Amino acid sequence: MLRYTATPFLRLSSSSCAASLASRRTLPSLVSRSNIIIPNTKNKRLYSAVAATSPAVKVAKDISLETHTDTQRAAKETQEARSAAATTPLSKSSIIDEIDTSGTTALNAAYQENTGFGTRPIYMDMQATTPTDPRVLDTMLKFLTGLYGNPHSNTHSYGWETHKEVEDARDHVAKLIGANAKEIIFTSGATESNNMVIKGVSRFYKNTKKHIITTRTEHKCVLEAARAMINEGFEVTFLNVDEQGLINLKELEDAIRPDTCLVSVMAVNNEIGVIQPLKEIGNICKKKKVYFHTDAAQAYGKIKLDVNDMNIDLLSISSHKIYGPMGIGGLYVRRRPRVRLEPLLSGGGQERGLRSGTLAPPLVAGFGRAAKLMYDEFESDHEHIKRLSDKLVKGLLALDHTNLNGSADHRYPGCVNVSFAYVEGESLLMALRDIALSSGSACTSASLEPSYVLHALGRDDVLAHSSIRFGIGRFTTEKEVDYVIKAISERVQFLRNLSPLWEMVQEGIDLDSIEWSGH
Amino acid sequence: MTAAIAPTRRQVLSLYKQFIKNANQFNNFNFREYFLRKSRASFKQNSTIQDAEKLSKLYQDAKNDLSALKRQSVISQMYTFDKLVVEPVDKEERKDINKH
Repeated sequence: MLRYTATPFLRLSSSSCAASLASRRTLPSLVSRSNIIIPNTKNKRLYSAVAATSPAVKVAKDISLETHTDTQRAAKETQEARSAAATTPLSKSSIIDEIDTSGTTALNAAYQENTGFGTRPIYMDMQATTPTDPRVLDTMLKFLTGLYGNPHSNTHSYGWETHKEVEDARDHVAKLIGANAKEIIFTSGATESNNMVIKGVSRFYKNTKKHIITTRTEHKCVLEAARAMINEGFEVTFLNVDEQGLINLKELEDAIRPDTCLVSVMAVNNEIGVIQPLKEIGNICKKKKVYFHTDAAQAYGKIKLDVNDMNIDLLSISSHKIYGPMGIGGLYVRRRPRVRLEPLLSGGGQERGLRSGTLAPPLVAGFGRAAKLMYDEFESDHEHIKRLSDKLVKGLLALDHTNLNGSADHRYPGCVNVSFAYVEGESLLMALRDIALSSGSACTSASLEPSYVLHALGRDDVLAHSSIRFGIGRFTTEKEVDYVIKAISERVQFLRNLSPLWEMVQEGIDLDSIEWSGH
Repeated sequence: MTAAIAPTRRQVLSLYKQFIKNANQFNNFNFREYFLRKSRASFKQNSTIQDAEKLSKLYQDAKNDLSALKRQSVISQMYTFDKLVVEPVDKEERKDINKH
């Protein structure tokens, strides 16, 4: 058996997790050996795995990762950073100096310094949010300028005109999932819709039913709402998923008990893009007379959904994932047979009494227009996204030791999650400042905790750490995809060259056979 | 009901030209590329339609879309942001790239 004594510098990857966890948002250890110049900081900072664990470096939290929107300031800062790089202080110890200079030049080469091109990063995080479509904005502007009536006032024409527009928007939202407009309730977003369902349905039936079923790969808001119901005396079953990310239908059927009131399974996973077998789940739920809720924030308008065909009783929708405005979403609540739920908000009884509060006509109309556009352009968007996604997947998987997370067949093509072995996801993100990406859900990207979704798939910590999610949407262009493939290939190679683990892999050493000392 | 009058070839071509012109004026790279792609694709897709009624409806819809496109390209020029890393800063260079 091989025995490697890991010096602090060579202790990377698994052992460095602790170091990177300790220093949130500082540069993770793979990059940390080299000195990276961040244009926003005036003085150079040095990072090492050792330093990262010491409290002194905690100051580095204040590194701003903001994107420049001001050209002049950006140019000035770049210039400052360059002049700072030219006058490297020579007071460092020789070894750090050596690593420092080599790292700097190499990293400078890794950052594409294309003069003649812009500085704003490419947006590739479509699962977090999507850009607002100009046609949606065009619809919304009418309401922010002239049509300011309260849609609930029925005594004057100001109210009537906005009311009409709101109802039109409701029609468009309903049409996309084959529902009736009366079954759509506008909420503040998919998080509210999910909470409303999990808490509302179970509270309404709390006298007879005490059990909720959901899965481990759900969005945090479903998991947390379900957890909150445990405190209210409910039992929650979290179903496991296989390594493809799909639930086992047999397991679901066995988990349903006579006192189960709700099954909640998301349609498209936000991190890995896996599509769950909704129709089969709907059939099981119908057979067992249990309500079926699906969180379709990532699926609505992007894959074919039909609430009647799939036997869906409740469906959560988010507007800003379909190029609509933020701050609005919807919930489909079946009317026949009627699904009862206790409202979260009490008040004037708007939205069938399920969600009181004045609607926001600009947001509702924008949402409606966005839904209509998704309906009208379903084919062309799908064709475009599929083409770019195939290109991206092909380009990324051409690299050694990379793999696609989640099922390759039951997948929404607009979400591509790839693991790059022997590279830390966060350090790769740091090296990719010209591409806006995420290693997982936006809600959890503040912490360096490995993704719980990838964990549920059975990926180990190291691989979960090195995963990156790529989002492709209506406005992504082929040029951007080409740039991303090129940039990722170059920088993964660069980061791997820094990694002693990679060196060992190249030498044919089985990493599992190494007995790490110092643990 | 009066019979729908199909737009002439000249009218359609002029409309197409205006779509391309306005799409090109978007300051935002992604929106510009999208509307160029979209305009080209939809005109091409509908180029084989012969039915006068259908054509006149499409023509009316396209005219409405064009007015929205005009407003939005102007708004895009009012609120500008840095160019993307894939986007040449120089306008002349940009035109060269768009040519092919």
